[in-house]
Amino acid sequence: MSGKTVHVEFEGVNKSYDGRKLVVRDLNLRVEEGEFLTLLGPSGSGKTTCLMMLAGFEDPTGGVIRIFGDSVGKVPPRRRNIGMVFQNYALFPHLSVGENLAYPLEVRRIERAGVVERVRRALRLVRLEGFEGRRPGELSGGQQQRVAIARALVFEPRLVLMDEPLGALDRRLREEMQYEIRRIQRTLGVTVVYVTHDQQEAMAMSDRVAVFNRGRIEQVAPPEVLYEEPERGFVATFIGDNNLLFGRVLGVERDICEADTGTDVVKAFLVAPRGVGDRVTLAIRPERVALDPEPGRYSNEFEAQVDDIAFLGDHLRVRLTVCGSTDFVIKIANTVGHGAVLEDDRVRIGFTPLDCRALVPDEEREEG
Amino acid sequence: MPGVIAEAGRSRLSSSFLRSLKAWLLVLPLLAFIGVTFIVPLGSMLTRSVHAPVVADALPETLALLRSWDAAGLPGEAVYAAAAREIRTARETRTLGQVATRINRLKSGLRGVLSRTARQLRSIGPRPGDHEPERAGQPPDDATPWRDTLLGIDDAWGEADTWLAIRRAGERFTARHYLNALDLTQSVDGGVVAQPPELRIYLPLLGRTLLVSLAITVLCLVLGYPVAYLIAQAPPKRANLLLLLVLVPFWTSLLVRTTSWIVLLQSQGVVNDLLVAAGLLGDEDRLAMIYNMTGTMVAMTHVLLPFMVLPLYSVMRTIPPHYMRAATSLGGTFFQAFRRVYWPQTLPGVGAGSLLVFILAIGYYITPALVGGRTGQLISNMIAYHMQQSLNWGLAAALGGLLLVCVVALYLVFDRLVGVDRMRLG
Repeated sequence: MSGKTVHVEFEGVNKSYDGRKLVVRDLNLRVEEGEFLTLLGPSGSGKTTCLMMLAGFEDPTGGVIRIFGDSVGKVPPRRRNIGMVFQNYALFPHLSVGENLAYPLEVRRIERAGVVERVRRALRLVRLEGFEGRRPGELSGGQQQRVAIARALVFEPRLVLMDEPLGALDRRLREEMQYEIRRIQRTLGVTVVYVTHDQQEAMAMSDRVAVFNRGRIEQVAPPEVLYEEPERGFVATFIGDNNLLFGRVLGVERDICEADTGTDVVKAFLVAPRGVGDRVTLAIRPERVALDPEPGRYSNEFEAQVDDIAFLGDHLRVRLTVCGSTDFVIKIANTVGHGAVLEDDRVRIGFTPLDCRALVPDEEREEG
Repeated sequence: MPGVIAEAGRSRLSSSFLRSLKAWLLVLPLLAFIGVTFIVPLGSMLTRSVHAPVVADALPETLALLRSWDAAGLPGEAVYAAAAREIRTARETRTLGQVATRINRLKSGLRGVLSRTARQLRSIGPRPGDHEPERAGQPPDDATPWRDTLLGIDDAWGEADTWLAIRRAGERFTARHYLNALDLTQSVDGGVVAQPPELRIYLPLLGRTLLVSLAITVLCLVLGYPVAYLIAQAPPKRANLLLLLVLVPFWTSLLVRTTSWIVLLQSQGVVNDLLVAAGLLGDEDRLAMIYNMTGTMVAMTHVLLPFMVLPLYSVMRTIPPHYMRAATSLGGTFFQAFRRVYWPQTLPGVGAGSLLVFILAIGYYITPALVGGRTGQLISNMIAYHMQQSLNWGLAAALGGLLLVCVVALYLVFDRLVGVDRMRLG
């Protein structure tokens, strides 16, 4: 992450395929040089469309996309000098690995000896030395993935786009490749714009994550900020697990409010200014809820009914009825002396107001 | 226990036997149908190209005796006697015409000699001992020897060449149809020589057929490839419509389509009228576009185009669009991406389409027959001519066999170059 040069900039970008429905709405986003930025969102949220517009395969319906400050509206894909890794690799099946990697160099009219040397260097980078003669069909999924990355890097682009590159791999290979991609990106210092729907992948790899929902960016932030300080209910539930309670503001004192959930009054941290009577969405992480705390330790303490207990190895997942919610989940670490709970027990839970974030309900912004 | 295992093995064996029996029974009707309607006629036709029993059947004894003749000087009296008797019999059973035609091919003039001989032998009438073959070896002492009788009828009976021709014509199996088909000829003494250039018909015709088929294949590829590409790139709804446009002519009767080309291309036809009306042509120099090779090529290209488009389309449909996207995003122009990435992947379709069109074209008959006129005829029209008009079935069969060899050779070459298992026919 060098300096503060803006590498890629979306400004007021809209995209519609049919002229009526906008799949990307008023998108504003800056990617710094050398940054690893992930576009995260469920399918159909517009993240891949953004990537395709950046690569030049789709034209924005409105707005401007800039690379190093220059608008790329009229620049065809082949002149953008962007390395791209496709979802299903798109390795040319009739060419060998070496020929696949040589292709972007040949079309740039680089002389033969240089091609051979660069191909060898790119393969060394992805740890596939000596694979020049193989056909893509003879490689495993992970190896094909590495070749695709090498091909996207071999002509030394400064910007690399990756469209769900690990989607086809199994979990262990995926984790290994996440690490590999991160290592390569750090080694070369290239800017990466990465698309995925897997929030764990986004968290593990990115400098910053842009969370997409229905064509908009909900929040752009480093992973830990997204987790700890989600600004929208969608982000709160999409990144990690979260319990949502719905209520109305009874009173406000500085940035702490009291909200009525219908059955209880909960003290919560106000993320955005709200007035008395406004509706709020309360988000509490399952692991931030204490079971059977010392009385008086937390300003939020409630009686709850245990509906279900699931043993998940390193933790227990307990499902409760509390504060007007029937699927309030808490996690209890499987450590020495964790409290014994039984189904149908009545228990007490507690959490601090700072762990309970009062958000503006998502539907309110949709209306606005 | 071993008994149980053996039992199980037997039942597994019998069940696999039953399965294969069932499979055979299922395809049996088709096998029988193909056998009766395809393999048997094909076999009999190919046999006809090498099998020539007419002379052998008509003159069995003469030929048997000729076999021991050393071809120096004239054959013995026994041969003359047998020949005289069998020529008379052949005339009575009305096979002499065929026999004479056959022998005449090897030495012209012998047809006349044979029929004259038969006529005169009839007027002489049979002699005693004629029907007693065991005595035929000895010259009858009470009459003129047969040699003198025959020599009296025609001097040709005194030439060794005549007997050599009969001996050659009497061979049951012959390569002469194939030699004919290859514009070669066999002299009486058995040597194979090329026909003089002005008599060569079939090799130039075969060459022309191959050349025209190649031209039609290239035309189909040039015209069909962009169409197939367009259909493969179009969204499904439009692709179906476009495919329909390709298929409608395919489903239309061949005769209707061929006749339409006559309407379009004839000298008073639509195309010429338009060219004259546009002032591009004078009324007196209208183009001859039909009843010649141009007509054959235009109409055949049209007829065979779907056979190119369909395999191409079926291959192109399986090439995901992200290959071209990748190729352009990696810095290639459309042309570079097409040449390096798209075109090689369509080669199985190009191969299949070209093979299909080429093989159909070299055997095509109806279209050249209707619009080919005098100069636009192909080898299959010559086969039809020998089947229906000259009635030289042996030659027709040999030409057919030659065509079959060409097709098989082509298939093998294709298999070597592209690999048949890689091609898709749709």
